[in-house]
Amino acid sequence: MSTETTIAPIKVREPREPLFSTRNKKLINDPLNNSNPITVQVLGICSALAVTVQMKPSIVMALSVMVVTAFSNLVISAIRNIIPDRIRIIVQLTIVAALVILVDQVLKAFVYDVSKQLSVFVGLIITNCIVMGRLEAFAMGNKPWPSFLDGIGNGLGYGLILVLVSAVREFFGSGKLMGFQLVPDAFYKMGYFNNGFVILPPMALILVGIIIWIQRSRNPKLIEPN
Amino acid sequence: MNKNSSGFTFLFSSIMVVVVATLLATAAIVLGPYQAKNIRLEKMQNILASIGIKSEAKEVEKIFAQYSKEELILDNKGVPLTEKISAFDIDLKKELDKARTGNADKQLFPLFVFDKDGKLYYIIPVRGKGLWGPIWGYIALEEDLNTVYGASFGHKGETPGLGAEIETDEFQKQFKGKKIFDDTGNFVSVHLIKGGAAPEDPHGVDAVSGGTITSTGVNEMLMRTIKTYLPYFKSIGNSVNKDSSGKDSTGK
Repeated sequence: MSTETTIAPIKVREPREPLFSTRNKKLINDPLNNSNPITVQVLGICSALAVTVQMKPSIVMALSVMVVTAFSNLVISAIRNIIPDRIRIIVQLTIVAALVILVDQVLKAFVYDVSKQLSVFVGLIITNCIVMGRLEAFAMGNKPWPSFLDGIGNGLGYGLILVLVSAVREFFGSGKLMGFQLVPDAFYKMGYFNNGFVILPPMALILVGIIIWIQRSRNPKLIEPN
Repeated sequence: MNKNSSGFTFLFSSIMVVVVATLLATAAIVLGPYQAKNIRLEKMQNILASIGIKSEAKEVEKIFAQYSKEELILDNKGVPLTEKISAFDIDLKKELDKARTGNADKQLFPLFVFDKDGKLYYIIPVRGKGLWGPIWGYIALEEDLNTVYGASFGHKGETPGLGAEIETDEFQKQFKGKKIFDDTGNFVSVHLIKGGAAPEDPHGVDAVSGGTITSTGVNEMLMRTIKTYLPYFKSIGNSVNKDSSGKDSTGK
């Protein structure tokens, strides 16, 4: 690791990649669309169903996952060359678990009501396939900075779907967005009802399904041949 | 050094564990006070909720102080203590644990007296067992010390949609106006009745569908905890039992 940094200023100065090169930008952009962790890799569905009743918890959850994927990627990538192969998965799990506990503690200290709403799901980020998936697939074979970006990208991709789904669910389920009432009282007086179905988890699955459908119809490359 | 040798693996995992443990311990110590404050504010919110006051965490301390009239501590015979201990800071869990370890005579029970719109409300903290973990709550009695003015419940990990329903307004609203004494002055508590309580039943509320064990836990919790306060209520004398024919109000 230290050799990289000492050699870099002398020899590799010129071909050194800029921080946001095309390749690095792709690391952030791709998970938002063509390799979205939820709609394309189909990972992290469980929490996507559970926390998307309202937007606020979804955003906090998305941020938490982003922090965990980004920093676990960064840490694992930084020590990837000295991790003994035989305990590779254990090391990854320890780092992820430590980060998740940190996030959970911070949420409990500063956004207590949201942390109560998220309850066990923050702890369950440890088992979120996105995190371990990115560690194995990317961080173990790439340098820290691209790995960090890859973590941010995948966290954002996850968050994007969470926010989309929760916006629909909160609006149709409780007539609000971010806790602010958007459907005027007059509508309710005229006989409008909030759709209770949207609050229930199956509706989140249907919404994710619809997003996958739209995405694949716009980009036929994503459709697997069968 | 070969990174795959047993020695290095051992060294690596040892260092990793120490680093991670130090990090987490530091975080827990640094963030501890903030978390404790949140828990305190939540307790205030729950107590206020039992007399029908909804409050935001930001202003709850002010509202709490505004309505709070008196905080009492009773021993396990219902005799108020004169010692200056903050009733609010009593951890009911620890007090209830004393009974199991044979220190029942050292138990302390907090009682909160609130003044809302010129009327006094007596708020009893209750705590018991649900299906998966502890359940707790606050029961507010009106000045007659018989009519329930309101209730709020909380739980650690009851099943969402089933046992966890005790936390909803719909469930808690049912307690308003229920009586804890029957016509002859016997203590009967308020019961959750499986299959639904009759609308005119003054002591029954609908149990939680699919949450039988949680409901049983709530029943047990109310019965056991409220009972410890009865001698005190009798001693302050404006309870309905004084109208009754001198029967033992503990219902024994």
